[in-house]
Amino acid sequence: MRPISYSRVADVGTAVGTVTADPASAFLAGGTTQVDLLRIYVEQPRRLVDINDLPLRDIEELPNRGLRIGALARMNEVAEHPSVIDRSPLVSQALLLGASPQLRNMASIGGNLLQRTRCTYFRDVSTACNKRTPGTGCAAMDGVNRGHAVLGTSDQCIATHPSDLAVALVALDADVIAEGQRGRRSIPVHEFFLPPEDTPDIEHPLDHGELIVDVEVPPAPDGSTSLYLKVRDRESYEFALASVAVALRVEGGMVVEVRLALGGVATVPWRARRAERMLTGQPATTENFAAAAREELAPAVARGMNGFKIELACRTIVRALETVAPDGAR
Amino acid sequence: MRSNTQASARVETPDTAVVRGPGDVEVWLSVNGAAHRLAIEPRVSLLDALRDRLELTGTKKGCNQGACGACTVWVDGERVLSCLTLAIACERREVRTIEGLADGQTLHPMQAAFIARDAFQCGYCTPGQIMSAVALLKEGHAKDDSDIREWMSGNLCRCAAYPHIRSAIRDVRDGKTGD
Ligand SMILES: Cc1cc2nc3c(=O)[nH]c(=O)nc-3n(C[C@H](O)[C@H](O)[C@H](O)COP(=O)(O)OP(=O)(O)OC[C@H]3O[C@@H](n4cnc5c(N)ncnc54)[C@H](O)[C@@H]3O)c2cc1C
Ligand code: SF4
Ligand code: FES
Ligand code: FES
Repeated sequence: MRPISYSRVADVGTAVGTVTADPASAFLAGGTTQVDLLRIYVEQPRRLVDINDLPLRDIEELPNRGLRIGALARMNEVAEHPSVIDRSPLVSQALLLGASPQLRNMASIGGNLLQRTRCTYFRDVSTACNKRTPGTGCAAMDGVNRGHAVLGTSDQCIATHPSDLAVALVALDADVIAEGQRGRRSIPVHEFFLPPEDTPDIEHPLDHGELIVDVEVPPAPDGSTSLYLKVRDRESYEFALASVAVALRVEGGMVVEVRLALGGVATVPWRARRAERMLTGQPATTENFAAAAREELAPAVARGMNGFKIELACRTIVRALETVAPDGAR
Repeated sequence: MRSNTQASARVETPDTAVVRGPGDVEVWLSVNGAAHRLAIEPRVSLLDALRDRLELTGTKKGCNQGACGACTVWVDGERVLSCLTLAIACERREVRTIEGLADGQTLHPMQAAFIARDAFQCGYCTPGQIMSAVALLKEGHAKDDSDIREWMSGNLCRCAAYPHIRSAIRDVRDGKTGD
């Protein structure tokens, strides 16, 4: 691990000012991504600015039945907070199905959104990786790519976005609130995660030194039932092979409203809008769920070892929809 | 000797945005109720500070990347991974390690239950398992076996002593003393 210097800040203005002024610096929250990537030379800041003393840990109820979650609230404390369980069970479930109890005690909500891909080549500085070192190529393209994405890929990068929380937030149309030198702004979460295209190293719209202060989560649609379903190689302490965040409202057997998002199969937390469009107004049947799933995965591109994810994603979508549909659909 | 033990756990540290490091800086750590003054670089993990500087080698290094749980300790009463925690970020916090669990010569009930239930083979994962297991009971995450399995999943055991680890946890939960 390279030597680093360390500063601790106590207010948001100093945090933003300090990191903005020093291009070689980075924020330190729980450190579960930052310290890991520093140790293996994937990220090379020369200075860490510890933001853990900032007053950004509150979880508040909003008048619209939504929530405001402070960027430094920890994954476990958010997941187990009564307001979150009551108003946003999808967020609670997605958090509890991620990482491990120890990591969830450390990891913050802001850090979770900015965690980096688990692509093994990205994490190995001896290999070619356009995300880590632009222009060097992509070792995953013809390499061990069983865990890689089938949706939203480019010929530059096929890395999967690893966050479970982000999948739930994308389904719920959450907003990321950030504060930078230019002031405070609200970024809709579907605009926050950028697909790789020709610049896989650019993953989000934040400026250097811009700080996530909180995340605002609107309520799930009225009368809907929601679920986060995660499929992985082992039952716990593992990233998703495929995951689904769903909120479904059915009346008289018909789908009135549906929110659907996918994790583990795409380069960004993936809002399944094609499937949503196809399902809305249609009978809530297993046949229709499967057709919508196939429609969503139609643009999927498999490479080498990850073709199974297309079928797996379809089945996970159907299972999730069946689970929340009244009477399990037919 | 790089460390300096004092009786009190009270720790004073600078808390403005001064730049510290990258060379050795003075860091005060409170571990198992004793305050220690260390001269370490900011990049030193809590795990390395404990093992290499304070000679508290009960806490183990398995993967050094957050994937195994061997390095589990408590910071301010919560179980965390010391391999992904910087020592300097623990100033003004209370660190507890496996060495701080027993009451003098009397083992913590969880330590006794691990022995009674034969809950280890090589023992490498055991300090982390025990620090997690005691926290698990305090958190209220040991309602039934599936609850224990899920909330102990952050501690891997190469020897697969899992069934015995669960027995030990059940014993302590149910107030049974080891025989
Ligand atoms: C073994 C392992 C398994 C895991 N499994 C899962 C899983 O199954 N699901 C899942 O979702 N995640 C998983 N994770 C990832 C984990 O959730 C993230 O590492 C964590 O959420 C990051 O949060 P942090 O507070 O530790 O961030 P840090 O490591 O402190 O920071 C991460 C990045 O975000 C920046 N940053 C942090 N806070 C802010 C802020 N407020 N504003 C601007 N920038 C900020 C930092 O500068 C850094 O670049 C796993 C991690 C490990 C190590
Ligand atoms: S998939 Fe993306 S992150 Fe992985 S090696 Fe290729 S460019 Fe790098
Ligand atoms: S050594 Fe810390 S988790 Fe493995
Ligand atoms: S007892 Fe050997 S690793 Fe757990």
